[in-house]
Amino acid sequence: MTLKRSLAAIAVTAGLLGAFGVPAARAETVLTVVPHSNLAILDPIWTTAYMSRNHGYMIYDTLFGTDEASRIQPQMVEKWTVSKDKKVYDFKLRPGLGFHDGAPVTGEDVVASLARWGARDAMGGALMSFVDKMEATGADAFRISLKEPCGFVLEALGKPSSNVPFIMPKRIAETPPDKQITEYVGSGPYMLVKDEFKPGDKAVYVKNPKYRPRKEKTSGTAGGKNVYVDKVVWNLALRDPQAQVSALVNNEVDIIESLAFDHFETVSKEKGVTVYKPKIGLQYMCRFNHLHAPFDNAKVRRAVLAAFDQRPFLKAQVGVDGLYKPCASIFTCGTPYGVSTGSEIQSKSNMKKAQGLVKASGYDGTPVVLMKPTDLHAIGKLPDVAAQLMRQAGLKVDLQAMDWQTLVSRRAKKDAPKDGGWNMFCTAWVSPDIWNPVNNAALPARGAATPWFGWPEDARLEELRAAFMRETDDKKKIALAGEVQKRAFEVATHAPLGEYTQPAAARKSVSGFAAAAHGLANTYWGIGKK
Amino acid sequence: MLQFIARRLLAIVPVLAIVAVLVFLLLRLTPGDPAAILAGDAASSEQIEAIRRTLGLERPLPVQFGIWLGQMLQGDLGESYYYKVRVTELIAQRLEPTFSLAALTIVIAVLVSVPLGTLAAWRFGGWFDRLLMAFSVFGFSVPVFVLGYVLVWLVSLKLGWLPVQGYKRLGDGFWPYLEHLVLPAVTLSVIYIALLARVTRASVLEALGEDYIRTARAKGLGESRVLVFHALANAAVPIATVIGIGIALLVGGVVVTESVYAIPGLGRLTVDAVLARDFPTIQGLILFFSLVYVAVNLVVDLSYVFFDPRIRY
Repeated sequence: MTLKRSLAAIAVTAGLLGAFGVPAARAETVLTVVPHSNLAILDPIWTTAYMSRNHGYMIYDTLFGTDEASRIQPQMVEKWTVSKDKKVYDFKLRPGLGFHDGAPVTGEDVVASLARWGARDAMGGALMSFVDKMEATGADAFRISLKEPCGFVLEALGKPSSNVPFIMPKRIAETPPDKQITEYVGSGPYMLVKDEFKPGDKAVYVKNPKYRPRKEKTSGTAGGKNVYVDKVVWNLALRDPQAQVSALVNNEVDIIESLAFDHFETVSKEKGVTVYKPKIGLQYMCRFNHLHAPFDNAKVRRAVLAAFDQRPFLKAQVGVDGLYKPCASIFTCGTPYGVSTGSEIQSKSNMKKAQGLVKASGYDGTPVVLMKPTDLHAIGKLPDVAAQLMRQAGLKVDLQAMDWQTLVSRRAKKDAPKDGGWNMFCTAWVSPDIWNPVNNAALPARGAATPWFGWPEDARLEELRAAFMRETDDKKKIALAGEVQKRAFEVATHAPLGEYTQPAAARKSVSGFAAAAHGLANTYWGIGKK
Repeated sequence: MLQFIARRLLAIVPVLAIVAVLVFLLLRLTPGDPAAILAGDAASSEQIEAIRRTLGLERPLPVQFGIWLGQMLQGDLGESYYYKVRVTELIAQRLEPTFSLAALTIVIAVLVSVPLGTLAAWRFGGWFDRLLMAFSVFGFSVPVFVLGYVLVWLVSLKLGWLPVQGYKRLGDGFWPYLEHLVLPAVTLSVIYIALLARVTRASVLEALGEDYIRTARAKGLGESRVLVFHALANAAVPIATVIGIGIALLVGGVVVTESVYAIPGLGRLTVDAVLARDFPTIQGLILFFSLVYVAVNLVVDLSYVFFDPRIRY
């Protein structure tokens, strides 16, 4: 065959293939992501670590989701009814839901999953205190019967952050809550490639071909979880912020989940890259230890609230205009319960008032042991500002530097500061973790029995929280949230330090990331790549 | 010789035993609770306590040590608290990147520094010698991460020759493997080039002053033969020692380079394990590093026989 004939034959064949619509072999679309941290624990119910939560969103699905307007929307649930006395909730699952191993999702799977989640999660535990019985009422249906009406059933089932009530097969969900699961089968939009998971190196997820997304538009953790890429690779080894930026600019990775503030302006100017500011942000806070002097005295705690001004904290820590804002609400601003009721004491620094309160408290000069994490840049500057403002108010401050892991170990200690305990530390929370009186970890006030560190004690605050949990009317719930907040400021459970947005960055070849960078959690559906 | 090797191998046992006791106690004395780290930020005190019980951290120290020692004697370094994977498996996963990086670094360092050091000694006091010594000061002084960033900016971002980060296994193909290793190896090798060039220069300089060099020249041997077969060969013992130490350091201490270039090696694993207070992994890694040190030292000692036939064991 001559060269001309060969070329003609190739041309004809190509033409015929085109005419009959035979698709050309398509290259695999791989989305390479630099997550905000390392993924170590693959059980999102056992730990509250955000990386485990994000892994959960890849492979599991949820009964309900939260949209960008913080509203609860059905996800795996097709429809549900509530009895007139608001004590019985009947749910029906969407048709065609199946686990990665091919088994259908049943009511029994849901019940077992909720039971395990309820034993680990704070909000889940609160919900379980109302639950009389959970049962499967059919292959694709389940019922939750309550002892008394509860105002946050759907909010709990659709909570977007740790611990998220992910649905697992019954055999896996029956793993004791204090033990980690060892099998990772979900019904979510992606499947984990177990053999390729190398902790500290990479985690690989492939598209779940059997996943049936909802028809609605993607919004937050709700809506259609459409997958437009074949594979998502989390680069767990790339943790140096400068190296992350270089890799993004050099087109070696597609997305940086958490762009360091220092790089915000430089990366914003890069031609091939877009920087995203999620709509939902995080809130900084400093936590008092209520068990020991001087913060066992409400006047001293209120003095600190009066001394603190959110702006210097935000400017020192974030420093990029447009990425931070002061916020008067402990439930984060712009959310359903983001009211300003009772927040006057912390809305503006009043050093004179603070000094007066310190004097009136009978403060004896006991130094405040303030723990400063030196290796966590996201919050490392907050203690410096806090120390300065407290000194101005008349308190002695012992600023102790340590690594974050030492801090998280030490903050669990109830001992006096001189015996290895502490008086104050600062941290940050994603908005959904603190945006209502049930799940805001800083609000429970049962003294030493309080689950989260700091251990405040206030019967009135507990009463108000309980009233909120029972209330089913939305307007009344907002009013009660205001009352909870007012009381929290009166007893000074903690000091909110304002809000910020953690920017993300993606190559321009990545589409749909604007919707995915919602800030509720890090999710990877609705994203395409050219 | 065999007796020497047997004695040295036997000496590994007490060395590892001392390291094991020290590392176990030191880790327990440092602040930080693995359970608090594992539980996550929003976990309650009770959940942390439950995890401590699951990990057996509430047991008395001698009991914990006994359990670990028992496992170790059976060749089991235990399970990582953090990753829930056997420590031996974790170390095995990270061996290839670290050994590859160490090997390429040493190859580059030796190929560059030994000829340069020899030439500098030969032209002692001349411009080449001074230039090399100036480079040596530079090599010692520039922090590895600064050099890494500069090389990434120049070679990867501006020239587009090599990737910025990452590691490809040898199984993925030789070129991708080499392509990802070159930049980190060059970055790391600078300090070793500086060190080895100085040591080579000093050793060769000393050898060049010896009587046998004068004899060799008097016999009419060419200068290159005198330099390579007489001066360098006799100067090889200290050079081999420094190369050995370099290999041992590279296996356990390339944390910064592995971080800048996102190489999932043993250095990065060590940092992660320390930050997570992952006791079994830290213990396993330190024992492994001790073993590497002992093995490298043994090989270096044995290599002396090859370089200097007068040495007998």
